[in-house]
Amino acid sequence: MSETTKTSYPLYKEADSRAAAGFGDRFLVTPDPDDLWEDSRVIINLGPTHPAMHGAFRMVAKLNGETIEKSYCEFGYTHRAKEKLGEHRTYHQFVVFTDRLNYCSALINNVTYAMSVEKLLGVEPPERAVWIRMACCEIARITDHLICVGIGAVDIGAFSFFLYGFHQREEAYTLIEKLCGARLTTSYTRIGGLMYDAPVGWEQDCKAWTKKTREVIDEMDKLLTNNRIYVDRTVGIGVADKKMCQDYSFSGPSARAAGIDRDLRRDEPYMFYDALKFEVPVGSQGDVYDRYLVRLAEIRESLSIIDQICDRMKPGPIWADDKRVRIPAKVDVYNSMEAMIHHFKFFMKGFEVPAGEAYTTTEAANGELGFYIVSKGDTMSHRMRIRSPSFWHYHALSDMAQGQKIADMVATLGSINIIAGELDR
Amino acid sequence: MNIFTELATNNSQPKKKHGDTWKSQIEKAKNKFGSAIEEVRAPGDYPTDVPIFFVKKESVVEFLRYLREEPDFGYHFLADMTATDEGGEPRFEVVYNLCSPEKGPRIRVKTRVAENESVPTLTGLWKGADWAEREIFDMFGIRFEGHPNLRRILMDYRWEGYPLRKDYPLDGYQLFPDAEPPDPERLK
Repeated sequence: MSETTKTSYPLYKEADSRAAAGFGDRFLVTPDPDDLWEDSRVIINLGPTHPAMHGAFRMVAKLNGETIEKSYCEFGYTHRAKEKLGEHRTYHQFVVFTDRLNYCSALINNVTYAMSVEKLLGVEPPERAVWIRMACCEIARITDHLICVGIGAVDIGAFSFFLYGFHQREEAYTLIEKLCGARLTTSYTRIGGLMYDAPVGWEQDCKAWTKKTREVIDEMDKLLTNNRIYVDRTVGIGVADKKMCQDYSFSGPSARAAGIDRDLRRDEPYMFYDALKFEVPVGSQGDVYDRYLVRLAEIRESLSIIDQICDRMKPGPIWADDKRVRIPAKVDVYNSMEAMIHHFKFFMKGFEVPAGEAYTTTEAANGELGFYIVSKGDTMSHRMRIRSPSFWHYHALSDMAQGQKIADMVATLGSINIIAGELDR
Repeated sequence: MNIFTELATNNSQPKKKHGDTWKSQIEKAKNKFGSAIEEVRAPGDYPTDVPIFFVKKESVVEFLRYLREEPDFGYHFLADMTATDEGGEPRFEVVYNLCSPEKGPRIRVKTRVAENESVPTLTGLWKGADWAEREIFDMFGIRFEGHPNLRRILMDYRWEGYPLRKDYPLDGYQLFPDAEPPDPERLK
């Protein structure tokens, strides 16, 4: 105890405020054979209702200090048996279930489902319906990406950034509301057409919105992209490199962030995407920061796509001219016997889809969204398989988080944008 | 027979674009694997969007490895993996949806499996097949030989029955008082 008697205490009058306290090695921890912390590992349980988990799923992690040594993921808490329901609901009835897959971009699910059934039926929606569907897809992609980058930043502590994006997201929902009356669970598409036509002046509303959103995206870009804290927290974190992306079947922005130059809109063009000009942003490192940059760049591309679509949209029919799928207009149902019978048969029995099978994919906000439908010629499908991107991305989370701090795992999870609805289906 | 009409908008271009590619690939695969391929259903003769290879389950991993590694095929993107309950004998079909990102075409491989049989696991080729196989096991009760951790994934670990089988009822519920505790064995 001799050194404590020699050392002056800070509030002693004779203490020299400039003298450095010579601690020496007094505070270095010496290995203690009886130390309880020497080989301590803590198992923690994040979720299913943890606020950082973005939905009802769970990660069980073995921690050494703050570092994840090993972890595994569990989900299924919001499993609603959509694939089973697909076998017991008519093709028309199943439209509403597709909203509840990725509820951040419900319209893309609607459109992909409608396309997959139309592919089996051989029905082609008219031109205006396709343009509106494409505009829907891009608006939904932007809302999804805004949520992803916004909430991802909130997880790291950048709250105001999220609010910038959230305002534009609400405006986007107002545009969607003008189309179908609903903001979140849209159920907008029908097999062979759309529920309603876009209202008069919707294109102008869209263009005003894209103009404003572009400004907001620039502001968000300035706010966060070069922010020292954000860069420090995200560069080199949650890396999913090319090899890992192939192993886990990554698609969409998460794969593009790793340098996989693939976008179904460009590589397997569906609808009228081949008639439009847009770039596919590609990253290189596959970390959280790259995924953020790719998503931000994609929002800008989607905005330009929406502008191009609005220029090309022309008035016209929104229903395919096919008696099987077209829902008769209400005025006919009330005034003509045939239309009434047709209406009754359509909703009570549904239409038959010829036997066959098809796997239809689109580029959804998170990646490749696919519907694999096997039909046996009935009004309900024989097998309704939903290939959701989140299912494959979430699988890789344990690998991506291995050896990282627990707070970095939260940043990683936010950046791959796992949506419990499409994860569990 | 062919229900796929030529549509301008509806993603049916791959058929037009890749018809010849598929034809040569089917020839090549047939020459290489011979009797391991039970049947090939091509878009012209069967209502499907892409060719379907029915492969014997013993050689399915070898076949998929060939499709993945062979430069003429290049199907290294496992787009989806699922199963169907066909109700006949053998009862199930395990379905692999593959894609070749560089060349563009997609392809489907199926393998037939009876109720008490198992299929070799694909986890050696694609790590991502792990969860997909667990989901198939969970929903159909098809076992995968050599799978590292074949347990239920969506349903509770105490669940009885396989929900996506055609004979599984739509009504009824099973209640469990608590969640599954963390499993230290899986954290080793």
